[in-house]
Amino acid sequence: MDMPAPDETILARKARIVERLSAALPAGAVIHDDTELRAYECDALTAYKCPPLCAVLPTSTEEVSAVLKICHDAGVPVVPRGAGTSLAGGALPTADAVLLGTARLIAVLETSYADRYIRVQSGRTNLSVTGAVEAEGFFYAPDPSSQLACAIAGNIAMNSGGAHCLKYGVTTNNLLGVTMVMMDGTVTEIGGAHLDAGGLDLLGLVCGSEGQLGVVTEATLRILHKPEGARPVLMGYDSNEVAGQVVSDIIKAGVLPVAIEFMDRPCIEATEAFAKAGYPMCEALLIVEVEGSEAEIDEQLGLIKQIAARHNPVELREAKDADEAGRIWLGRKSAFGAMGQINDYMCLDGTIPVSELPYVLRRIGEMSREYGLGVGNVFHAGDGNMHPLILYNANTPGELEKCEAFGADILKLCVEVGGCLTGEHGVGIEKRDLMGVQYTAADMAAQMAVKDVFDPAWLLNPAKVFPLDASAAHRVPAA
Amino acid sequence: MSGAIRSAEGPLRIVGGGTRPIGKPVDGAALSTDALTGLELYEPGALTLVVKAGTPVEVVKAALAAEGQRLPFEPIDHRALLGTTGAATMGGMVAANASGPRRIAVGACRDFLLGVRFVDGAGRIVKNGGRVMKNVTGYDLVKLMAGSHGTLGVLTEVALKVLPDVDDAATLTLTDLADTDAVRAMSAALGSPFEVTGAAHDPEAGRTRLRIEGFENSVTYRAGRLRDLLASFGTADVAQGKVATGETWSAIRDVTDFAGRAGDVWRLSVKPSDAAALVARSGAETVRYDLGGGLVWLLMPEGADLRAKLGTYQGHATLVRASKDTRSALPVFQPENTVIAKISSDLRARFDPRGILNPGVMA
Repeated sequence: MDMPAPDETILARKARIVERLSAALPAGAVIHDDTELRAYECDALTAYKCPPLCAVLPTSTEEVSAVLKICHDAGVPVVPRGAGTSLAGGALPTADAVLLGTARLIAVLETSYADRYIRVQSGRTNLSVTGAVEAEGFFYAPDPSSQLACAIAGNIAMNSGGAHCLKYGVTTNNLLGVTMVMMDGTVTEIGGAHLDAGGLDLLGLVCGSEGQLGVVTEATLRILHKPEGARPVLMGYDSNEVAGQVVSDIIKAGVLPVAIEFMDRPCIEATEAFAKAGYPMCEALLIVEVEGSEAEIDEQLGLIKQIAARHNPVELREAKDADEAGRIWLGRKSAFGAMGQINDYMCLDGTIPVSELPYVLRRIGEMSREYGLGVGNVFHAGDGNMHPLILYNANTPGELEKCEAFGADILKLCVEVGGCLTGEHGVGIEKRDLMGVQYTAADMAAQMAVKDVFDPAWLLNPAKVFPLDASAAHRVPAA
Repeated sequence: MSGAIRSAEGPLRIVGGGTRPIGKPVDGAALSTDALTGLELYEPGALTLVVKAGTPVEVVKAALAAEGQRLPFEPIDHRALLGTTGAATMGGMVAANASGPRRIAVGACRDFLLGVRFVDGAGRIVKNGGRVMKNVTGYDLVKLMAGSHGTLGVLTEVALKVLPDVDDAATLTLTDLADTDAVRAMSAALGSPFEVTGAAHDPEAGRTRLRIEGFENSVTYRAGRLRDLLASFGTADVAQGKVATGETWSAIRDVTDFAGRAGDVWRLSVKPSDAAALVARSGAETVRYDLGGGLVWLLMPEGADLRAKLGTYQGHATLVRASKDTRSALPVFQPENTVIAKISSDLRARFDPRGILNPGVMA
C-alpha cells in the first residue's frame, strides 16, 4: 500500500505546530509524545500503521474550528478519527498529519420526541445514542456491528449500515443535519431538524465522504419508536442457490423482514465450534427477523415459513421465546469472533445484486481453492451486502499479500456482476486502488471536483478514497 | 446527449415531461430527454429498477404494479396543482426529488435513488452509485443529483430501490382539531410503534388524517391501537380499504385542493412543532399540513413574500406556483447562508463550467 512521502518541512516544524495547537486548546488536549501517539497509529485495519505528527482531542465545535484554522494556515494535513473502528483504514494517519479525534465530543445536546430527533456531538457512540432515548421507547436505527464502540462521526463519514437497514435504511437515510467545520475553520450548518434540502443536497454529499470534505462536530439524527416486538426464524438449506432463491421469494411475496442474514458452511462450522448456538450443519443458513405485535409476527412468519418449506429446508426453527431468539442471533453475532479464533482474517464488504448470490458464492469457493486460503461468508442477504472473511496467517511471510490479492479478486467479481466495492465500510486506503474497477476516470474526476470545492488544498484525510495517481494533479497546491 | 450539450452555444432549458416547471424561468433552447426511454432492468426479487431518464413515471408504475411493487416514496404528480399537462418522467421526478406523504415513514425520492448516469455541462458522461442497495464506494453524487433541478447535469439513467405494494390500508380521521393539537396528534401517532405512513391535516375541512398500511389483519389491529392512543384528541373515524385510502392520499399528495384556486403556492419544510406558529404568522389564505406538520403547503396572496412574513425560522420555503413576474422578483428557492451558497455555486461551476444547464433555475 503506497502512502505519499511525508512532508519533511512539516516534520521539521512539529514543535511549533504543537505549541500553536496547545495554545488554542485546553490542557491535555494535544498529544505529541511518541509513546502515547502509538494509540492512534492505526484503526481496525491493523495491517497498516503510522503514528501521526500529533493528536488533538477537542471538546467543542469552536475548538475543532481553531485546530483546523491552525492546520490550514500552516498547510498541515488533518486526519479525522471517530472511534477508530474503520475496517478500511479510513482513519490511518500520515506521519505529517494532525490526528483530530472526536473522543471528547460526546454530549447529547437536544432531544425532541414530538419531532423525533436527537442532536448529539459527533464523537458519541452509536449505541449510546439509542441509550439516550430508549427510556422513552425510542431508538436510533442504523446498527453497525461495531455499534458499541463506533462513533456517529465515523458513521457519517462512512455512511454506515447494519443488519437492520433492509427496513430502516443506512446512516444517510437517518441523518437530518450536521454542524460541520470546513478545513479553513469556517463553521456551517447543513440541514437541521426539518426534512430535505432547500437547495442542493449537500447533506447527502457530506454523508459518506470519508472525512474528506469537512469535520462533522454535531449531528441531528432521526429517532424512531421501537416496534412492539421482533422475532427471528432460522432456516438451513443444502445449497447456496436454494437459500438465495428463498431470499428472493420472501422479498417478492411482499413481506419486508427487518433483517435477512446469511451464513455459509465454513462460517457455520467455525461459529458452531466457537459459540455452540445449535446451528444445523448445512451449506447455507438464513436468519430472517420480522417485527410487530405478537399476532403480526405470527402472520408474517407464517408466510415466510410457507415459502421456506417449499424449498425443502434441512432445518426450520422459529424462536419460541426471547431465550431462543437470543440463541439464534448468538451465532451470527459471534461469527467474526469465531473466524478470528481460527486465524487472522480480512473482512470484505462488497455488495452484489441478490440474484447473483449463488454464482458469486461458487466463484469465491473456486478462488479460495486457487489461492489456498479459507474463506467464510456471512452477510446481509436482503440487500446483497457480502462480508467474505478471508483467513490468513499474518506471521507467514507473503500471506497478507496473497490475502489482499484474493480480496481484490472478490471485489472485482462483485463489480463484474453489477455490484460495488464497498457496501458499508467505505473505501479508505483498503479499496482506494480498486476505485478504477468500478469507476471511469471521468466518474472519479467528478467526485474529485467535489473535493476541490470543499478542500482546495486536499489537506483533509489525505491518501484515502482516490488512487494516488488519479488524484496527483489535484493535490498539487494551486499556488 | 453528450454531443448535444457539447455543441450547445447558449443556455439550455432541460425538459423531461414538462409537468413540473418549478424554479426561475429559464431563457434557453429546450433540451429534451424524451428520446431516452425504456426499462433497462427490473428485478422484483432484488427490489431494484434501472430505467432511462425520459421514461414516463406512469410506465414504471404500471411495470411495478404488475409485480405487486411500487415506488415507495409516492412521487407527487404536479399537474393539477401547476395546471400542466403531459407525462412526468423518471428523470424529472429525480431532478425535483419529488416525493409524497409516505416520505415521513420511508424517505424521499433521494433515499431510494441507488445510482445515476448523467451528462454534465461540459458533455462529460458520469456514472455514480450503482444498482445495489448498499453502496458507499466513493462520494455520493447520487444524493447531490436528486433535487438539483438539472443544474449540475442532465440525467440519462436512474436506478431505484422499490418496495412491495401492500395488501390493505386504512385512514383514521380526527375532526375539528386546532392546528397545534393536530400537529400534537400527528406527532403522537408518528412516535408510536404502529408504523403510520401518512399524517396530514386540513384546517379548512377540519380533518386530521393518518394512514396505516400492511396486511389486512395488521392494518385492523394497528388502526385500533392508534385510535385508542389518540383518544384524548377525539374518537377517530376508521375507514379501512385500499382503494378509498389510495384516493384520499393521492389528493393529499398532489395538493389538489389548491388546484385552480387563485394565489401563489408555497412549500414550507420545518420542524413539525414550529409549523402552527409559523402558519399563524404567514398571512396565508389557507394551508395544508403534510408529513406530520413537517411540510406545510400555503396558499398565499399573489406576489406576497412568505419569507418576509416568517422572519427567522429553521427550515426552507420554496415558491412552487406563481406568475413569471413573481418568480422573477422573489427567490424561488430558500436563500442559503454564505458558506452553503458559495459551495453550491462552486459545485455548479465545476459541473457546468459554461453555466448553460438550466442557468439560475434554483435561484
